[in-house]
Amino acid sequence: MIKLLNKIRRTGRVAEPAPPRPPLSCPKAERLAGSVQLRHVDAGSCNGCEVEIGSVFGPVYDAERYGARLVASPRHADAVLVTGPVTRNLAEPLRRTVAALPEPRIVVAVGDCAINCGEFKDAYGVVGAVEDVVPVDVKVPGCPPTPEAIVTALRGLTGR
Amino acid sequence: MTAVIASFAQVTMVVLGAPLLVGVMRQVRARMEGRVGAGVWQPWRDLRKLFRRQPITPVGTTWAFRTAPLVLVGTTLVVAATIPLLTTTTALDRAADLFAVVGLLSVGTVVLALAALDTGTAFGGMGASREMTVLALVEPTILVAVFALSARVGSTNLGQLVDATLHNPLQVMSPASLLAAAALLVVTIAETGRLPVDNPSTHLELTMLHEAMVLEYSGADLGLIELAASMRLTLLLGLVASLFTPWGIATSLAGLPLALLAFAAKVTVLAMVLAAAEVLLAKLRLFRVPELLAGSLVLALLAATTSFFLA
Amino acid sequence: MNLIEWGLAGATGVAVLGALVALLTPERARSVVAGIAVAGVGGAGLAAGVAAIAGEEFTAHLPELLPLFGVTLTLDPLGGLFMAVAGAVCLVAAGYGVSYAGGGHGNRSRSTQATLPLFTLTLVLVPAAGSVSTLLVLWELMALTSLVLVFTDHRARPQVTSAGLWYAVMTHLGFVAILAGLVVFAAAAGGDTFETLRTAQLSPGLATVVFAAALIGFGSKAGLVPLHVWLPRAHPEAPSQVSAMLSAAMVNLGVYGVIRVGFDLLGAGQRGWWLVVLILGAASALYGILHAAMASDLKRLLAYSTVENMGLVFLAVGVAGWFHTLGEERLAALALAAGLLHVVNHAGFKTVLFLAAGSAVRATGSRDLDALGGLSRRMPVTTALFAVGALGAMALPPGNGFISEWLLLQSLVHPPAGAGVTTALVLPVAVAVVALTAGLAVATFVKALGVGFFARARSRAPEQAVESPPLLLATTGVAAAACVALAVAPAALGPALSRATGATLGVPTDVVSGALTVRLAGIASTISPLLILAALVAAVVVAALLVQVVARRPARRREAPLWDCGAGPPTPRMQYTATSFAEPLQRVFDDVLAPETAVDTHLASPYLLARMRYQRRLPDRIEHWLYRPVLAVTAAAGRAARALANGSVHRYLAYGFFGTIGLLVALVVIP
Repeated sequence: MIKLLNKIRRTGRVAEPAPPRPPLSCPKAERLAGSVQLRHVDAGSCNGCEVEIGSVFGPVYDAERYGARLVASPRHADAVLVTGPVTRNLAEPLRRTVAALPEPRIVVAVGDCAINCGEFKDAYGVVGAVEDVVPVDVKVPGCPPTPEAIVTALRGLTGR
Repeated sequence: MTAVIASFAQVTMVVLGAPLLVGVMRQVRARMEGRVGAGVWQPWRDLRKLFRRQPITPVGTTWAFRTAPLVLVGTTLVVAATIPLLTTTTALDRAADLFAVVGLLSVGTVVLALAALDTGTAFGGMGASREMTVLALVEPTILVAVFALSARVGSTNLGQLVDATLHNPLQVMSPASLLAAAALLVVTIAETGRLPVDNPSTHLELTMLHEAMVLEYSGADLGLIELAASMRLTLLLGLVASLFTPWGIATSLAGLPLALLAFAAKVTVLAMVLAAAEVLLAKLRLFRVPELLAGSLVLALLAATTSFFLA
Repeated sequence: MNLIEWGLAGATGVAVLGALVALLTPERARSVVAGIAVAGVGGAGLAAGVAAIAGEEFTAHLPELLPLFGVTLTLDPLGGLFMAVAGAVCLVAAGYGVSYAGGGHGNRSRSTQATLPLFTLTLVLVPAAGSVSTLLVLWELMALTSLVLVFTDHRARPQVTSAGLWYAVMTHLGFVAILAGLVVFAAAAGGDTFETLRTAQLSPGLATVVFAAALIGFGSKAGLVPLHVWLPRAHPEAPSQVSAMLSAAMVNLGVYGVIRVGFDLLGAGQRGWWLVVLILGAASALYGILHAAMASDLKRLLAYSTVENMGLVFLAVGVAGWFHTLGEERLAALALAAGLLHVVNHAGFKTVLFLAAGSAVRATGSRDLDALGGLSRRMPVTTALFAVGALGAMALPPGNGFISEWLLLQSLVHPPAGAGVTTALVLPVAVAVVALTAGLAVATFVKALGVGFFARARSRAPEQAVESPPLLLATTGVAAAACVALAVAPAALGPALSRATGATLGVPTDVVSGALTVRLAGIASTISPLLILAALVAAVVVAALLVQVVARRPARRREAPLWDCGAGPPTPRMQYTATSFAEPLQRVFDDVLAPETAVDTHLASPYLLARMRYQRRLPDRIEHWLYRPVLAVTAAAGRAARALANGSVHRYLAYGFFGTIGLLVALVVIP
């Protein structure tokens, strides 16, 4: 009977066990102490990184268990997740979004495009990498980066 | 003096416990979705961080924006000191009755709506407008349910209402009481901005009610608002628990520890049921919400009329 | 001579003298003269009213003043209460009017300024009328003087004329009803003074006729649905201090009339009457606040809110009558006390609201909420004062409106043992109506305050608004201070309410008592507004400290531009307007309001919109369904009658001839 109940309880539990805790990846994250709210900005991504970010907050990787959460307003956020090369139209909005955050602000560049424009280097609509527009604190390389890599980066911020 | 101590204990318990209650609800939700969840302490971690972070005053806002979080928390603290959660004789029990408690909670909503309008953004106005609509429609249900409960007691002061139920436990099973309980639960859900009326974890501005009003707040201001939101949830659930299952509530100081345990158990069970229901529900379209609230008003009216005939 | 005699004689003297002097003084000084006179009359009325409440008695008969019956004046605590309220409102409005008219707004014309003291006098004297003829004369004088004041700005704005005409017709129809009812009453009683009327034995049918006529007549003055149509037209069009006098003082006299005739002269009569009063009151409250919630004209919103509040008072009066006829004196006294307290509270916050709104209108030249906004930066004091009034009107603690609605709810939620089926149905529905009204009032005044005064300026005028001169702020501030006093120490009015209800119901009660804590006779519920306010202040301080404790070293606050979703600064036109704020409620109450909306879309291509135009009109449905047909029939009858008079002298002679013959025949046939 107990076994059956346990079986029922476990069914549908798909979250993977947590890997060991990585070190803090950014000195600004020290005061956050286990809670990071993120605002996501798609600066011109091909949506590959978005799919991965989506699964980061899904049941399998469950970044929420480390204290990371996506929020609607940059006022509520501690960090901005930026994906994609910064296109002309999004350069100014990106600056404004980062400026709207309370200080200190953390910018996480997710994916190769965000770090060095990747595939879209020298494209006519691209202003440059995220670093060319706003100061970047944490980089998550990969095209697209694996959910594990993103989770590790986020754990570097939450410290859990 | 004992009343003051009891009130102080209640306020302390609500302030410390309310974020935990939200943590429990999120945890239940996470488990049911197959996630691990952040643990029940996460809301406290969030609050600690928010209190440390920089608050931002948008250019062009006035005192309405600045003072709203403090007044909001203030009203909830007063309510926490008033309603019988641990004991039936709180310090403010004779000073504020159920009508005043409902009014104070509304004051909190009103200052937040004014602050949202003060920012002069489209989302602020939208949130305020929707929140006020829900508030206007919730009010009749609450007061008629109060009628159903107070008619037999002869008082609207909460201490006396709870005392009456303690002395006559069978009353809880009367049709009037059951109908009133159902009506009040619907109202609690609407007032605290939970599913299916509002979605507290939405990221889409167009589906927001409460969240749309606080989009401009950050840092300590936001922390106060979140703390107040969790306290309001605790208080309303606690009120329902005390009105309909008052057992375990303390009548003297010595009973306080036991009352604390009983109260925590009752509210946690209620919250877990609510959280489980939320996983299974989808948000109602905004213009279907009035139908839900009209339904709860009908329940409350039935409760009030049956209180005459089947008392 | 006692204080009441001094007060009333002084008021009359000052009013007449003030009117005469105002006629003679040059334009510059006219408003000062009128203001002093109004203040004098108001102050005298306040003093006399308070004296009457305190127990002084007064009766005077002046046979030479009017032919046939003469003038009879008498004052009891009930009349004293209404007189004191009217006097206090006028006292505040007087000072405001001096500065308001001086600023170039309003009208400094002879007619307006000379009428003001006389209008004030009638407001103060109506509750002292002691006979039918006195009441009728004063009532008609009040109607005429207020009519002149409503017409003040008719040169500047054409809609004033239309509003004035509505008012003129409605008030005179009401007068006809009162006249008919009271004259029938007096004829049946064989006397004209109220004392004679009290002792009269009327048949139930005749009593019902008298009461119905009085309810129609007095109800129309108080804006009782469906006789309210003039109120939201006329009140906003008058200068703001007159709006306050109309909305905070004159409408009360409608309530006074119903209480006086129904309870005092007719001895409470039949239960059915009060059910009608209760239903009409509930309908007025809901209909009024629903239209207030939709209104985007600030002063029209306030006028509809007056309809709402008078509806609540009538509901309370109806409940009082209902319980009184059931023999539940305790609850009847409580309900009546709730109604009277609401009259006082409403007078307080409505004065503040109209005066503060007047300041805003004066500074911006606009009453349209959709064009206002941002006043809290330009006019901080006015905004704060409006907020005090709005808190009262929202009926939330710690506002003053809350206490009277609390009393009203207390009278409703403690049903008498063994109540009948009707009571069991009426009371819960009444509670629901009061609650829905309160909820909608919250939405209404959040809109008025949040959209009109907070937010960002939606047009140029509020951007350049300047704070009002000190006299306007000071007078509004006095009214706001009165609201605060009423809010924190309502028990101070307990003895006054007890005396007034005792005098009306004929049983001495101690219905509201206590000092810090409000206690009710026979009901265990208590409330202490002062303690709630103190706790709230303490809690806010604790909350502020809590942040410091949890954060240890909190970050410094910073100013930043509004979050614009990254798309550049949001323009003021992107804000929610009053119309959009009310839209969800409009949808919910679609069936009652029946709004007329028109959406024109101009497509640039099948997929792209070039232009879009949204229009919404919210005509008063009752006016539409009830008054339109009557007006049409009247107009048709007028046109038909024109055919009778075609200008031929022969025909007119024939009319005269046949008319005389017909009369003679009738006299012969009818014995």
